[in-house]
Amino acid sequence: MYKKSSLYSSEAKWGIILALPAILGFLIWTLGPMIASFILGFTDWNVVSSPHFVGIGNFKKMFVEDFIFKKSIYATVYYSVGSVIASIIFAFLIALLLNQKVKGLPVFRTIFYLPSITPAIASAMLWIWLFNPDFGLLNHILQRFGLPRLLWIYDEKQVIPSLIFMSIWGMGGMMVIFLAGLQGVPQELYEAVEIDGGNWWHRFRYVTIPMMTPTIFFNLVMAIIGSFQVFTSAYIMTSGGPNYASMFYVYYIYLSAFRYGQMGYACALAIILFLIILSFTLVVFKSSPYWVYYESARRR
Amino acid sequence: MALSKSLSIKIGKTITYTILILGSLIFMLPFIWLLRSSFMELGQIFILPPEWIPKPFRWQNYPEALTSAPFLTYFLNTLKILIFNESGVILTSIICAYSFARLRWPGRDLIFAILLTSLMLPYAVTLIPTFILWKMLGALNTFIPLTVPAWFGGGMFYIFLLRQFFLTIPYELDEAAYMDGASPLKVLWSIVVPLSKPAVITVAIFNFIGVWNDLLGPIIYLSDPDKYTLAIGLSVFRSMYTAQWHYLMAASVVVLAPVILIFFIGQRYFIQGIALTGLKG
Repeated sequence: MYKKSSLYSSEAKWGIILALPAILGFLIWTLGPMIASFILGFTDWNVVSSPHFVGIGNFKKMFVEDFIFKKSIYATVYYSVGSVIASIIFAFLIALLLNQKVKGLPVFRTIFYLPSITPAIASAMLWIWLFNPDFGLLNHILQRFGLPRLLWIYDEKQVIPSLIFMSIWGMGGMMVIFLAGLQGVPQELYEAVEIDGGNWWHRFRYVTIPMMTPTIFFNLVMAIIGSFQVFTSAYIMTSGGPNYASMFYVYYIYLSAFRYGQMGYACALAIILFLIILSFTLVVFKSSPYWVYYESARRR
Repeated sequence: MALSKSLSIKIGKTITYTILILGSLIFMLPFIWLLRSSFMELGQIFILPPEWIPKPFRWQNYPEALTSAPFLTYFLNTLKILIFNESGVILTSIICAYSFARLRWPGRDLIFAILLTSLMLPYAVTLIPTFILWKMLGALNTFIPLTVPAWFGGGMFYIFLLRQFFLTIPYELDEAAYMDGASPLKVLWSIVVPLSKPAVITVAIFNFIGVWNDLLGPIIYLSDPDKYTLAIGLSVFRSMYTAQWHYLMAASVVVLAPVILIFFIGQRYFIQGIALTGLKG
């Protein structure tokens, strides 16, 4: 008995020691900087002079004077909603098809997955070239089908839809997660529907969809968080243009902090981003009891 | 009835394959466009309608593009960052995940839940103060900001993934080893890690891709061209050779190729690993 308790105390000692890197890391790289951001967001610090407390001055400036801020909110929300919806639908569709016991599944899966691990810088370069209005592949394809040529990322109205289109190409990670979820749906449920005389629509509507809602939920939350932080396409492809139409929020934070040296203002921008992402995620979380179906809840 | 059912299955199969083949062709098309441009003469690139087969086949685009900027230096820099970052991530994420999965200590699950919230935090929120911290420590324009944080657990995503995997290993194995007087570190090293190779490999590949593809970190922390990574190197190269599409595409292929190679080497584990992240736990 004595031996056992000493075993446990040594286990606890080891447990804390081994978890220490993560705990310290959280304090140094997450919690500390986050608190600092919230404090600096209320100052006018610009690297050169020492910071002064300006109260809500930064936020006032944002909402009253700064038209780029408004453009960047619009661009980011537009892009985020578009790319999240488009990618989820597309990833789900492909995963459904791949789950039909198709031959050559690994090949298909690899093809659909590869774009998502392509270095953002390489895919940005590639897509600038695809979007090229004069010599790019996309306009050539449009022309082949007798459709009008587009300006793609070089037009104020077309830039965000173009980037959403490009984001579908990177949906592979989601698709693999969907596929794993689909493969986890118990076969008996499908068989039960079949015995009751149900067709493919009934199987899809009453088994696949409900059983997949937790996976959809997971992908939705991660996609929202990810898409709000899009940076490379603005930095490499559009420089936020034309006419600030693709001034993505994180790119604007980057410009404010590292080009214009307005650290205080950039922190204030980051706080707003934090609140936006938080509220979007909260809406999804709060709505989840109405549409996300957990087996454990059913058993209760 | 039987006939119509088998017919409808056939129609369904045909539609499935048609969409899949068409879709994968569309997904491959950008890669094909990239490759064909990288082997073309600049003149042929601008021919309308576009041609698909490079004529002549200009493999010299690669050596020419790679020597027109110090890509070897960029590559070595990326490699250095990778080695220090990767070893930190693997070592510390394993021990942290082990502690959260298999050692009992007071407050463990609460602390794990708190740490997990960092997954939801936009990196932009911590970006500026972290930069200021490194500036005060005099670490700007070194690889330290891009490698040292990896030694603090390597990020909750990896710890979460490994923990999920560690939880599936029967606890009786640990207990038997404890009975023989093994320490927790010994159990980790001789029981848990050998059984968790797929998960560890997944973390290694995820992190390889993450470091290799990272652009914002190097942009912010590295200002001296001698310190540039491949990702910034490529973006600088682009601003120097704006319309030289054959060189730009060749350089892009070179940056892309190692990621694809690593993916194919570890594909079996990797696909499993991604699937694991989507499971609730």
